[in-house]
Amino acid sequence: MSTVETTTPAPPVPPQTVDVHDSHGAHVTNTGISNEKVAMWAFLGSECLLFGALISTYLLYKGKSDPDTPQPGELFDIPYTSVSSFVLLMSSVTMVLALSAIQRGDGKRLRIWLTTTALLGASFIAGQIYEFTAFVREGLTLSTNVFGSSFFVLTGFHGVHVTLGIIMLLSLVTLSMRGKLGQDRAETVEIAGLYWHFVDVVWIVIFTIIYLIP
Amino acid sequence: MTTTPATHESQEVDEHHERPHPSDKQYVIIGLILAAMTAVEVGLYYVDIGSLNNTTLILLAVVKFFIVAAFFMHLRFDRPILRRLFVTGIVLAIAVYMAYLTTLGAYIPGG
Repeated sequence: MSTVETTTPAPPVPPQTVDVHDSHGAHVTNTGISNEKVAMWAFLGSECLLFGALISTYLLYKGKSDPDTPQPGELFDIPYTSVSSFVLLMSSVTMVLALSAIQRGDGKRLRIWLTTTALLGASFIAGQIYEFTAFVREGLTLSTNVFGSSFFVLTGFHGVHVTLGIIMLLSLVTLSMRGKLGQDRAETVEIAGLYWHFVDVVWIVIFTIIYLIP
Repeated sequence: MTTTPATHESQEVDEHHERPHPSDKQYVIIGLILAAMTAVEVGLYYVDIGSLNNTTLILLAVVKFFIVAAFFMHLRFDRPILRRLFVTGIVLAIAVYMAYLTTLGAYIPGG
């Protein structure tokens, strides 16, 4: 006598809902770090290669320009560039104070420090435009010699990075003024800050290698 | 955005690796130290200390670089994976471009 087993299919189990957000509403990953932050660090790592290529090219052609064309030693105004470097360095301090302000939930100070950082960055860019104009007046353009080509491409790329950083900072100020940048979004400011500090450290290297080392 | 659920283990690791960040006052002090180092760098441009000039300038730039990365970019306080990501980029750049300069430098006229 055979018995037929009758099994009733198990009722469908509703998908488990797992909370993937931390107490601040941010996504939680298996590294414990947000994907945006990891992506920014990976991007900055790759930027090392970009600026490494530009600095190496400058070094490769250093001292190999036609002696009848403008040379670095004749053009560089070290006191002037030192002030620009100091301004950019101080913008890193104001940036980190902006991050500290948002982490405390102090929106007013956040806007003050972000605006100060953007203004310091804008001063740096204004200084760079003045320097470029002075060099062109002295007869150095992108195509005058290999020094002109490598110098303008390297410092120009850095200037573009600073300009993008200023746009980021002003966007953050606008968001904060609209009330869309609360304490829970401190990481957004931190990520913009990482980019800003990177631009600063690249200038530390450029200032030493291009301007200070004869 | 790919996310995976948080586990107790990962949260414990996070807490283990996160250190308290500096205060505003400490940030300002770090900024002043960096400014002083920049002043020394500029001073070295005008003072001739022989072959030590370039070495000292490079050393100061490296120290400034690491101070900004460690304190302002919080690499000293964040999880080690971020440090590894950034250091990989730096090491790769230095290795690739040292090879590039060594190899190509010999072929540039006047080099």
